[in-house]
Amino acid sequence: MAFLRIFVALLLMGDVAHAAEVRVAVAANFSTPAQQIAAAFTAATGHKVTLSAGSTGKLYAQIKNGAPFDALLAADAETPAKLETEGVGVAGSRFVYATGRLILWSKRAGWVDDQGEVLAKGAFEHLAIADPKLAPYGAAAIEVLEKRGLLETLRPRFVQGENIAQVHPFVVSGNAELGFLALSQVMREGKITEGSAWIVPAGLHRPIHQEAILLTKGRNNPAARDWLDHLRGEMARSVMRAFGYL
Amino acid sequence: MPLDPADWQALWLTAKLATVTTLVLLVLGTPLAWWLARTRSAWKGPISALVAMPLILPPTVLGFYLLLFMGPEGWLGRFTHALGWGYLPFTFGGLVVASVIYSLPFVVQPIQNAFEVVGSVPLEAAATLRASPLDAFLTVAIPQARSGFITAAVLGFAHTVGEFGVVLMIGGNIPNATQVVSVQIYAHVEALEYTQAHGLAGGLVCFSFAILLIMNRVRRPGQRG
Amino acid sequence: MNDTIRVVCRLARRDFTLEVDLTWPDQGVTALFGPSGSGKSTLLRILAGLERPPAGRVAVRGNIWQDDAQGIFWPTHRRPIGLVFQDPALFSHLNVQDNLIYGLKRVPEASRRVPLDRAIELLGIGGLLERRVTNLSGGERQRVAIARALAVSPELLLLDEPLAALDVARKQEILPFLERLHRELTMPVVYVSHAPDEVARLADHLVVLEAGRVVAEGPLGATLARLDPPVRLGEESGVVLETVIGARDEAWQLCRADFPGGTLWIRDHGLALGQRARVRVLARDVSLALEHHPHTSIQNILPGVVNALAEDQHPANTLARVLVGETPLVARITRRSAAHLELTPGKPVWVQVKSVALIE
Repeated sequence: MAFLRIFVALLLMGDVAHAAEVRVAVAANFSTPAQQIAAAFTAATGHKVTLSAGSTGKLYAQIKNGAPFDALLAADAETPAKLETEGVGVAGSRFVYATGRLILWSKRAGWVDDQGEVLAKGAFEHLAIADPKLAPYGAAAIEVLEKRGLLETLRPRFVQGENIAQVHPFVVSGNAELGFLALSQVMREGKITEGSAWIVPAGLHRPIHQEAILLTKGRNNPAARDWLDHLRGEMARSVMRAFGYL
Repeated sequence: MPLDPADWQALWLTAKLATVTTLVLLVLGTPLAWWLARTRSAWKGPISALVAMPLILPPTVLGFYLLLFMGPEGWLGRFTHALGWGYLPFTFGGLVVASVIYSLPFVVQPIQNAFEVVGSVPLEAAATLRASPLDAFLTVAIPQARSGFITAAVLGFAHTVGEFGVVLMIGGNIPNATQVVSVQIYAHVEALEYTQAHGLAGGLVCFSFAILLIMNRVRRPGQRG
Repeated sequence: MNDTIRVVCRLARRDFTLEVDLTWPDQGVTALFGPSGSGKSTLLRILAGLERPPAGRVAVRGNIWQDDAQGIFWPTHRRPIGLVFQDPALFSHLNVQDNLIYGLKRVPEASRRVPLDRAIELLGIGGLLERRVTNLSGGERQRVAIARALAVSPELLLLDEPLAALDVARKQEILPFLERLHRELTMPVVYVSHAPDEVARLADHLVVLEAGRVVAEGPLGATLARLDPPVRLGEESGVVLETVIGARDEAWQLCRADFPGGTLWIRDHGLALGQRARVRVLARDVSLALEHHPHTSIQNILPGVVNALAEDQHPANTLARVLVGETPLVARITRRSAAHLELTPGKPVWVQVKSVALIE
């Protein structure tokens, strides 16, 4: 009996001492920064982070249907708000973790000017954007075109990706000469790595707020709260800045 | 049904894409299947494997490579551009090309099997009855392989209707050109428009069931032949 | 040589090499006879153009169908042949009528010499025309296949073991039709078979193949009577005689079949006087004696002269060829009898024929 008691105690101790796990659903556009932030988080706390990247709409459907996530890093503000209202997200846990930057990008160096005049010149066949109905970056791109008065002229040249990640190969392969992308897709270490780009001024569209929320499944996981705190910290912010998030 | 005009357009486009693809596949696949069924060439193995590749390759991989090959920097893209056809991604023609590649094994293999079952005896008999090789092919091999053709057409059509990953990669979601039903369903799900998604998805489920049912019906009497 | 069929070829196969240089008359039925693997079917397929031996030569009635030296090769569909396979190879997607006209409608009007009605009537398939081929019996299928081949008015009819896949009853159903073709059509026929009784009934000319080589070749009667080497038919060894009915004995229901140099009494099958009849005398049914024994049940005892002796397949037996007049008969006797009777070529003997079969 004594032996059994010690064994159980060891098991319990082991459990307490064991690092906890955080299961995070993350919007596709934030997947790469999230990996870097998670690595730093694990190094600092010993907690393991499991990232599942996908489009926000798909992640929403999965969460609603019982997917085992502790937290969601969405690509927009609406989805976390909806989850909160529906009681699947923990009330009051929402916050903006990153603000995305929209850019107009081409693979051709020196083609896109820093005022975005290339749009009005119209010397292109296809303009790739994310589906405005589905992706905040798509909706922002539509706002920009509206403000420039080019929306109806350019609409016939749209080729749409289901999300911003889908748009990237269209433009990188050269099949679309121009595309509205997330700055985070082409920026590494604070620099745009290739092609030419116009970083769209924040005033031309409503800010692309990406919100995070603690989910009810993670309510009792202290590591999940730690993760969300970490996301607000300076270490995470510097990673996001290097990827072009505000 | 809670379908909006874009959904109906997607349905019509999908039917058109599947029909055109199936016809192209029957025209291209028949000689290929014939060659595979009859040849003793050392190329038979590699060519069969190539034809079967889309069975194994994830559609997104296929779509990604097609996007590269058919684009301005791809050899196929340069070729179509040189011919004055422009580049194929984001066009209906591009979807047809991709669907033909993607559904190739579903058409070639049933026809090839049917030709193998027909064998050489009826064709030799036709030759002794003054039929040239082409004549014998058209009047003996094809009618005798009828059930294989029906299976091939149904599978090719159905498989093209169900195609998603490839379209996502090279389509660009352009209404009336590349916005097909499977992509439309995906978009509805993403946009949390579940009612419309159910409408289309339910329709696809019924369609698939009907296709398989028809195929069973049609094949049974043809089996002996 | 406008009245011959000639095949020269060498073709290596897995189990034999076919190497022939053959010429035979373009009249009547020529049987290509031999065991399986002897190359007889391959030879037929070469005639049909279904096989193409390298450096081969095929000439039929003065037309060169293949001569690789001159770069000539007529593909099968250009050769004026009709071919019946062992498997009837009817088109399962067509009914009987459409099978019959498949070849016919591809033959120019000017070349149609066998009217379809005639082919249908010859093979007795008038009642089957609307039937699906899948609903025919084996014998019916083969008759349709033969009629289909005839309907293209071939200049050369090729039959590749058309009876081999059929049971005895079905064979008996088809053989009379083949005999009718033989009698009533003038086109030359090449008939591949490994069945001695079919050959005896149908052939006029015999080519015997073994392991890809021709071992005997010539008119049927003379070839069957050859002993150098003998045509190996085992129990079926014997000769075929072309006879004419010379007399009838109605009291005993017998008739007399006359051949050059002798006569044989056979059962009366109702043949008219003067009618031609083909009879078969098996070697095992012939015995030899040095004296005439009138007190015997054997009806046919003929005087003859020993012409040649040869080893038989079993070492206890010997085959003796005896000339009755100018016609050879073959007797299978034991070697001991041959020694006791001191048989040597030139010795006169009495030929006792125990049984004779009328085959046509």
